[in-house]
Amino acid sequence: MTDNPEFVQIRHAQKSFGKLEVLKDISLNVARGQIVAIIGPSGSGKSTLLRAINDLDPLTGGEVWLDGVQVNKTLPHRQYEAHINAMRQQVGMVFQHFNLFPHMTARENVTMAPKMLKGLSNDEADKLAEEQLEKVGMLDRMEYYPSRLSGGQKQRVAIARALAMKPKLMLFDEATSALDPELVDEVNQVMKKLAEEHMTMIIVTHEMDFAASVCDRVLFMDQGVVVEEGPPDVVFRNPSKDRTREFLRKHLAGAK
Amino acid sequence: MGLDFTIIPKYLDIILLGCAWTIGITIAAAILSFFGGILFAVIALYAPWIIRQPFRLIEWMFMGTPLLLQLFLIYFGLVQIGIDLPAFVAGVIGLGLHFAVYNSELIQTAILSVDKGQMEAARTVGLSRSQALRKVVIPQAVRAVIPPIGNNMIALLKDSALVSVIGVSELTLSAQRVIGKTYRPFEFYILAAAFYYVINLCMEWVQRKIERRISISR
Ligand SMILES: Nc1ncnc2c1ncn2[C@@H]1O[C@H](COP(=O)(O)OP(=O)(O)OP(=O)(O)O)[C@@H](O)[C@H]1O
Ligand SMILES: [Mg+2]
Repeated sequence: MTDNPEFVQIRHAQKSFGKLEVLKDISLNVARGQIVAIIGPSGSGKSTLLRAINDLDPLTGGEVWLDGVQVNKTLPHRQYEAHINAMRQQVGMVFQHFNLFPHMTARENVTMAPKMLKGLSNDEADKLAEEQLEKVGMLDRMEYYPSRLSGGQKQRVAIARALAMKPKLMLFDEATSALDPELVDEVNQVMKKLAEEHMTMIIVTHEMDFAASVCDRVLFMDQGVVVEEGPPDVVFRNPSKDRTREFLRKHLAGAK
Repeated sequence: MGLDFTIIPKYLDIILLGCAWTIGITIAAAILSFFGGILFAVIALYAPWIIRQPFRLIEWMFMGTPLLLQLFLIYFGLVQIGIDLPAFVAGVIGLGLHFAVYNSELIQTAILSVDKGQMEAARTVGLSRSQALRKVVIPQAVRAVIPPIGNNMIALLKDSALVSVIGVSELTLSAQRVIGKTYRPFEFYILAAAFYYVINLCMEWVQRKIERRISISR
């Protein structure tokens, strides 16, 4: 079970927005507990691929499978809605701009979905909130509204909110890109902790150092295709494709 | 004949009773217009075409015709098709739906301007679209339009005088009745105006309270 190589499976993913083909026949397998980083230039389709996994941007072709169940299977509308809501409960997602619910406290952000969808009692929900907010180091800000939290704190609450549904898979879409540089590390630490707990993660990132330090595999995307993939050592130190080399040179130069 | 305000105490009970009716009808119609406004907004934005169309007709009716006519229609007109409403109820429905349409316009705009990341975040934790609307999008939209809704509610208070035409003994009609007996229009219209002013102040106070409460939560 632990070494099921097809825990997350993307088969021939294809996505077009009108005439614009954003994903061109992408396939990807992620084993349980694996951590995969997706890197690539702006507009290459990284977010679109990530958002296809929980059907936020439904694919126009191909299949997504999670733990033996097809996410984007063909069903009548009503059944599909129920199916997709159930699937999404198993997939946590963290956004660049946090998207915390501004009218709820940190605690309420975390407990809202479990209370609503799993019928937790108030006591159970509060315990869950403590547990999850503790994990991200936000226990002391439990009753704060998002407006009174820093970007890094917001993102940590957003991670706790996603974890509260006990997902099997976590998706991160540039979780630290909107943060001031000095706040990046506190979020990275939380993600590292999840890595140590063997959470399966797919991480879209511009931070090559972070990707190199936590990921088992790196995927370099450009113009809707996977140009190169492999262990971070290989992709970062010894890429085989010119496009990868060029991207890394530009990106690492640009970062300085 | 000069002004004589000493006559007021003798008829104060009638005026106060009128006040009570005005307050009652305003509160009831305000509540109806608030929840009705949310319902209309959701229908206008999300209901299937077949439901949306009749509602557009209702919306047009309440926005495009005089409130006075609407009250006549609900009170006198509906009797003909077997719906015989007490005047107070007819007044609440007329005022409430009339202002629900105006509130709905505000709420629709507010719903559309809630960041779409909010809906996405709610959907990614597994909420259905209607759950996400109910728990995440609509509460934020409503918070954003509390001040203009408050203005609508002040307008509602003022327009509540119109229900006098279907015989609800609210403040304006009570003043008129007293004037009929005393021939003292200035004194009693001023008195009624003063009461409207006080109710108005109370409403503004409540609105500020609500705003303060929810602005902490932003
Ligand atoms: N909803 C949409 N409608 C139309 N085009 C879209 C939509 N979402 C994305 N695109 C287009 O798809 C392409 C890929 O976008 P995507 O957001 O996946 O790129 P990305 O690799 O995540 O880029 P970035 O690093 O800037 O986030 C872009 O050209 C973008 O303009
Ligand atoms: Mg992106």
